[in-house]
Amino acid sequence: MASGIPIEISGLSKHFGPVTAVDDLSFTVQPGKVTGFLGPNGAGKTTTLRVLLGLERASAGTATFGGTPYSGLPRPLETVGAALDANFHPGRTARNHLKVYATAAGLSSARVPAVLEQVGMSEYADRRVGGYSLGMRQRLALAYTLLGDPGVFVLDEPINGLDPEGIKWIRGFLQNLAREGRTVLVSSHLLSEVQQSVDEVVIIAKGRLMKTGTLASLELDSAPRTIADSPDRQALAAALDAAGLEYTEGRSGFIVDEPDPARVGHAAFVGGVELAALHRLRSGLEESFLSLVGGGDES
Amino acid sequence: MNLVRAIGSEFQKVFTTRMWWLLAILLAAYVAFMSGGFGAFLGWATENPDAAAAAGGNTTVPPGTELAPLLYSFASSVGYVFPVLLGALAVTGEFRHKTLTPTFLAEPHRTVVLAAKFVSQLVVGAGLGVIAFAVSVGAGAAALAGFGLDTGLDSSDTWALIGRGVLAMALWGAIGVGLGVLVVNQVAAIVIVIAFTQFVEPILRVVASLSDVTASIGKFLPGAASDALVGASFYNLASLGSTETLEWWQGGLVLFGIAVVATVIGGATTWRRDVS
Repeated sequence: MASGIPIEISGLSKHFGPVTAVDDLSFTVQPGKVTGFLGPNGAGKTTTLRVLLGLERASAGTATFGGTPYSGLPRPLETVGAALDANFHPGRTARNHLKVYATAAGLSSARVPAVLEQVGMSEYADRRVGGYSLGMRQRLALAYTLLGDPGVFVLDEPINGLDPEGIKWIRGFLQNLAREGRTVLVSSHLLSEVQQSVDEVVIIAKGRLMKTGTLASLELDSAPRTIADSPDRQALAAALDAAGLEYTEGRSGFIVDEPDPARVGHAAFVGGVELAALHRLRSGLEESFLSLVGGGDES
Repeated sequence: MNLVRAIGSEFQKVFTTRMWWLLAILLAAYVAFMSGGFGAFLGWATENPDAAAAAGGNTTVPPGTELAPLLYSFASSVGYVFPVLLGALAVTGEFRHKTLTPTFLAEPHRTVVLAAKFVSQLVVGAGLGVIAFAVSVGAGAAALAGFGLDTGLDSSDTWALIGRGVLAMALWGAIGVGLGVLVVNQVAAIVIVIAFTQFVEPILRVVASLSDVTASIGKFLPGAASDALVGASFYNLASLGSTETLEWWQGGLVLFGIAVVATVIGGATTWRRDVS
């Protein structure tokens, strides 16, 4: 197995005519972790990955694997495994598809049945790809990334189109790769899709970097609030007003703009109001993700 | 080393889909029909000159024409469209099915990939040439022998013609690669191949043969150059007055030049673009 090396994106920009797809983007992806590369559709994720893999030319900046651009890697498939889109020649079987590229990369043809086995595709190996479901195509795309047993994985929307069983499988698959010390970068436009798989996040919107950090740090970003409820909501409202606390009424009580539940409890105690619920509300990851990327998809 | 691997990969690409044998079968059937059918007709016309004259008028072959090379060269004079198509599909198929991504991931040096396509399609074209000539010689010789005419198979000239014909088919395969990388769009490439080889060029050749000036240009048309390389073609009969042809080696150089120039121009333009 090749060792994991960091992916380094530095000052990367990509223009398509007047359109700026990627705008001065810089971040680093470390080995040994699964990093989620997140952003709404059209944020520039795929363009960034294509530039990183030498398929598109950068307008400015660099994208390298430990300082070496993709085209400079002496044995690319043994360094980086990449799955960008699950496109194949429909008339070729999975086995032959993999053989073609094993030959081009100078890899042993014994790798072909090995990687088919690894992604659970041995049974369908000799069927033409034209008849595959999207999930099977995704698995075949993953098999391609495994051919050279590389230390770095770059996967664009690998979970898209998988059934629940497939999603569970790929989570374990990605975490295993990271545990073995490999670098794993996985893009998605849905945080919820990857939040159980990723350790780190890189969030972009409109081609710009919004945030990098651990998944937990994303959660802490949003200010926690307090939920309080009472059998007598009018009295509780009066007590909160008296204490000068801002709040909104929700289905399960009042959402108070106050991180410390003790202070809300104190306000209720002072007002003589019986409480039915009092706890901290942590806003969801998805909510803070959406606030970072500007509220939604712009595809 | 990379080029050797890339060539191996390109051969696998050709032989792991059905297109190559579909085209090979069509080529064999087409050439067998033309060579065998025309051979049988000429044999019948030679035996029954009066009936033939009554039936078609201008169908008799000029005296002194050797029938065997004429029939055998159907392999390349009508069959050359098949290696061009296969060569063009080797390039346009990558764009159409978006397989350039895995191709360029496995071999990031795009020039190596294109050179591998050029070389592999030369060889595949030669293979199609062997099939085509096997069929044209088989069917043509059977027809001639059936009417007791000379098959020419004991002549080294005939075998030299077959060898040059296989070379022409190889060069057509490489021209296909050049056309494919210039055009990129698969449907457009197929339409251009069919339209140019079946309509445009035959018409141009006939028109060019009408005056000496145009004939000296017309001999550089790829199909004319190909026929010059092979050394015989029914076009030489069909297009009256077109006596001007290139030397066989000049014809070969013209074809090779077209293949190289088209591939180099395509390689410097469409082939270097962003892959999306």
